[in-house]
Amino acid sequence: MSGDDIFEIAIVGSGPGGIAAVTRAAARGVSHVLLERTGHLSDTIYKYQRRKHVMATPDILPLRADVGFAEGSRETVLETWDRGVEAAGCNVRLNAEVVGIKGERGDFRLTLADRSVVRARAVVLAIGLQGNLRKLTVPGAELPSVQYQLDDPDEFQDEHIVVVGTGDAGIENALVLSNANTVTILNRGAEYPNAKPANVQLLQTAIADGRMQAMVRTAPKRLEPGWMTVDTADGETRIRCDRVIARLGALPPRKFVESCGIVFGSDSPSAFPVVSDHYESNVPGLYIIGALAGYPLIKQCMNQGYEVVEYILGNPVAPADEPLIQAKLDAAQPGLAVSPFIATIREQVPVFAELSPLQIREFLLTSEVHLAAPGQKIFERNDYTNSFYAIVDGSVEVLIGEAGAPANPVLRGGEFFGEIGLLSGRRRGATVIARDGALLLEVPRNTMLRLQRSVPSVARAIDEVAIVRVVKSYLGQDLDSAILAPVIREAEIVSLKAGEILIQEGATDDAMYLIRSGSVLVSRMVGGQEVVLTYLAAGNYVGEMALLRNAPRTASVKAAVATQVIKLPAAAVRDLLDAAPELRRRVEEKFSERVRSSAHQTADSESGALVNFLMREGLGEATDVLLIDETLCIRCDNCEKACAETHDRISRLDREAGATFASIHVPTSCRHCEHPSCMKECPPDAIKRAPSGEVTIADTCIGCGNCERNCPYGVIKMAAPAEEKPGLLSWLFFGRGPGPGENKAAKKHHGGESSRKKAVKCDMCHGIEGGAACVRACPTGAAIRVRPEEYVAMIRRGGAS
Amino acid sequence: MSAATAKPGAAAAGKRIPPGEIHQSFLAYRGFRFLKWGIWLCLATILAYALHRPLTAPNGGTWLGYTLGTIGAALILWLMWFGMRKRSYGRIGRLQGWLSAHVYLGLALIVVATLHTGFEFGLNIHTLAYALMMAVIASGAFGMIVYAAVPEQMTRNRHGATVSDLMAKIAALDGDMRQAALGLDDRQAGLVLAAMNQVAIGGSAWRQLSGTRPNCATRLALRRITAADAVPEQRAQAQRVLGLLGERLEYLDVISRDLRYKALMDIWLYLHVPLSFALLAALTAHVVAVFFYF
Ligand SMILES: Cc1cc2nc3c(=O)[nH]c(=O)nc-3n(C[C@H](O)[C@H](O)[C@H](O)COP(=O)(O)OP(=O)(O)OC[C@H]3O[C@@H](n4cnc5c(N)ncnc54)[C@H](O)[C@@H]3O)c2cc1C
Ligand code: HEM
Ligand code: SF4
Ligand code: SF4
Repeated sequence: MSGDDIFEIAIVGSGPGGIAAVTRAAARGVSHVLLERTGHLSDTIYKYQRRKHVMATPDILPLRADVGFAEGSRETVLETWDRGVEAAGCNVRLNAEVVGIKGERGDFRLTLADRSVVRARAVVLAIGLQGNLRKLTVPGAELPSVQYQLDDPDEFQDEHIVVVGTGDAGIENALVLSNANTVTILNRGAEYPNAKPANVQLLQTAIADGRMQAMVRTAPKRLEPGWMTVDTADGETRIRCDRVIARLGALPPRKFVESCGIVFGSDSPSAFPVVSDHYESNVPGLYIIGALAGYPLIKQCMNQGYEVVEYILGNPVAPADEPLIQAKLDAAQPGLAVSPFIATIREQVPVFAELSPLQIREFLLTSEVHLAAPGQKIFERNDYTNSFYAIVDGSVEVLIGEAGAPANPVLRGGEFFGEIGLLSGRRRGATVIARDGALLLEVPRNTMLRLQRSVPSVARAIDEVAIVRVVKSYLGQDLDSAILAPVIREAEIVSLKAGEILIQEGATDDAMYLIRSGSVLVSRMVGGQEVVLTYLAAGNYVGEMALLRNAPRTASVKAAVATQVIKLPAAAVRDLLDAAPELRRRVEEKFSERVRSSAHQTADSESGALVNFLMREGLGEATDVLLIDETLCIRCDNCEKACAETHDRISRLDREAGATFASIHVPTSCRHCEHPSCMKECPPDAIKRAPSGEVTIADTCIGCGNCERNCPYGVIKMAAPAEEKPGLLSWLFFGRGPGPGENKAAKKHHGGESSRKKAVKCDMCHGIEGGAACVRACPTGAAIRVRPEEYVAMIRRGGAS
Repeated sequence: MSAATAKPGAAAAGKRIPPGEIHQSFLAYRGFRFLKWGIWLCLATILAYALHRPLTAPNGGTWLGYTLGTIGAALILWLMWFGMRKRSYGRIGRLQGWLSAHVYLGLALIVVATLHTGFEFGLNIHTLAYALMMAVIASGAFGMIVYAAVPEQMTRNRHGATVSDLMAKIAALDGDMRQAALGLDDRQAGLVLAAMNQVAIGGSAWRQLSGTRPNCATRLALRRITAADAVPEQRAQAQRVLGLLGERLEYLDVISRDLRYKALMDIWLYLHVPLSFALLAALTAHVVAVFFYF
């Protein structure tokens, strides 16, 4: 191909998005090229586990593409695509990694890794989110025996295999390979900070049992067939090595994308590039579709591949999801039509004013439209729901007092509510009811967070209103807005990383802080030792003592987890207190209450250390946690059996795993976090929080494993459905089938047909009468589920252990 | 009885454990409620027995004997039901309450059943049932004591580490020891290797329960290697190996103690449950004999 040829469309990346785009281009007979980095199509799906069952969610979304896609095994899906691309006569270049894109509509120059250049009038970027694998750089790294993934562990037998990389992927590979090979895992350091505790434990057991070997403080130096030279703390040595599995993680694609001139919504690592309704980025003629644009489901990617080619050809097809949105509108209020409704939202609701119609469309797909009857409850005080509501039309009343009380704030068309629950991850502070027929848009938490991250104007609009409301809700809803204005004008949002210090004991600064999300630890130096006094969760304020007494700080405050506070400068607060005697009284009262309670709290280092330990174990962001008192636990594992018996025969808790401090053991079980990390990257948004607080995984889980990786506490596992069970009596008397808590299917390693593994975790027995089965089944009372605040309060009173 | 323990109170109190009951032992459940019940049952039985003036010598055949027999048999059936209740995971209410009731009412059975016999013992099916019952109760009492005492010792023993942590520590020690042993003479190196190669911990039930490791190669190596009889240039290495062996022995001891505790908590159930099934059989025979052959 000579450098002068110019294609109409160049498609970069052959995932579902790229494949749908290239087959559409072929069907329309436009000149095109598909550039794929690897030697096969659709690398992301190619890398799924062998025989993984690929899901075609959401079921209701119609597929619009020239190649087929239906739920089925990874192998079938890939084969359908390979055939489809071939049959359509697409122009495909494999092993063609694009390393740079320059130019503009009409003349783009794409540089490939081999320095050759491809020219095109328009470019579709569909490279997904997997990024570039980090590679070994030592001499010999190009040998064929070096590989960066493991498709089928059974392929290798009796080899000397060296695994490089001590994250979860490396450890998991090392473990399976050790069944039939001599495996050595290299560790640069001595610990395994990047892996889940459960994996580290498995690894250590395997090492202890002599099933494999670990070399610590060791790095690869040189490779030659059969051998690897490594650098150790004591110098170089040579070890046998027939094969290297290097699992060094991936570099996210953002750098590359930005180098093409594309702008992202924000600096947040989870932000997406900004695209128009026609998937066009800020660089005219450069289009972005698929996971990279924020649409991770295969079906969405494929529909966009089809649509983007039509848009480039100047053909404004209606998006495939139009009927879905129409159905939602019909359900709420017959007569609403999609495009006018989107226009109304942009005009009437200021938070969403700057969104493109495509972005509104996207969030409408996951949102609900409600027409609430007068008096209807939207949500209730103390619910754990955290969706966000915008009022399109009509009004609602926030119940601070009785319904209809004059002090109750009324919110009207264009305003929003529910943002405090969204931001804090905690319970709703007040009940909200509709005043008249209110037309409401309910946007789920994940969608809203995504919007906040990718559209700065949304974040700004919410923050402006939220500060006012937070200040009011912490200090008093009855306060006059005029009195509050100066404080609010000077208020600022401060974000803290876990462990960051907010207030230093002895310092003389005197701002006051409202904790908006996360939690903080309050501590004091006693005899040269830091003693934790207590922890405060979102919804509380700190720092008022110094402010009231004009004295240096009497205690230190640091973030227990990632935390956001609203900082109120001292001068403004003092003026406010002078102007509002009622508020002063309340703050003084709270203050003396704190002084009183800290007086009879023993500032003993022992219970402080326990609080500290619990915070390290994630209680600072937990809403409910399983704790086992090891002085009561008889290690009978009835808790695990109960869990398995009430949850499809797969226990979601691992009693023995997890950390222990002063006889309090935190087993591996879900903490039901205020801001669950597991929710973050779930393609079908299958992880939800129930109004009562439980974080649960719905059946729409596609088994991608993102949540398993994202949960910091290692509580999610991927599991295939277990076998059916006989009745209890026939097990007891006739020994039929697996007994309570046993699951033979889970122990079988190699499944037959496609594997339908899904994410499973503790759901706090959501929907099971009587509450947590583990706690009910514990014969000795060792296992309890508690809210962290309750428990910490109890420790502070000297109650536990 | 079962209605009492699974009373709506437990379920209606909601899903949450009241703060006052957080991490409270099964023995102290609800302020020793079932201990009180047990004591009342015993007192009532003793009082009735003392006031009762039967026509013949006191035995199971009098009206009081029948009453106590019925209560006793019902109690035994209910106590046996505990095995089913333990595995009915869907049931509302906490198993802790059931266990609390099980031990205290089980102990009260001593008084109820003994007075039911009127101290008439012989070589017959009736006394067999009684003896079996006492054996079940004795094993249960042992279990109760073990459950109340051992978890704490077990926790203290392990200091927050899990068995696999300890195994990993031993593996790390072994790595160092292998290096260090290179500098020793053949006899000593052989002892060190033997220590490292002996992985079996645990062994028979008896071995686990006693917590001893009679042929512990680590202890043997520790005893037989002395720095003094090493040639001077090997002395430092021998010292080092001895230090490592000592540490290894400590970890092994922790693990054997852990296994011993675990075994203690498991073993008695292997008596308690089969004996209770034997008791059920004997009790049936006893009842049949009384009603059909009396
Ligand atoms: C384990 C797992 C299971 C999943 N299961 C499901 C499921 O069951 N159902 C579902 O709907 N979704 C599932 N997903 C999500 C889905 O696979 C992805 O979101 C989807 O593949 C994204 O498609 P894409 O076209 O945007 O990009 P990708 O599929 O990621 O494809 C990108 C392609 O671009 C290539 N590429 C990258 N950089 C360059 C470059 N510089 N030059 C040239 N080529 C490049 C890559 O090699 C790759 O082939 C799963 C994801 C994972 C990780
Ligand atoms: C005749 C009287 C008794 C009978 C028939 C009886 C029967 C049983 C049965 C069937 C179980 C279930 C075991 C299992 O399936 O795992 C059990 C458990 C138990 N019993 Fe008894 N029991 C009796 C008396 C006692 C007494 C007097 C005590 C204590 C003082 C006691 C203590 C226990 C304990 C602690 C368990 C719990 C075991 C566990 O869940 O781990 N039992 N008993
Ligand atoms: S699964 Fe993990 S991240 Fe998600 S709520 Fe539970 S503990 Fe938190
Ligand atoms: S059920 Fe209770 S006693 Fe048994 S292992 Fe679990 S926490 Fe320990």
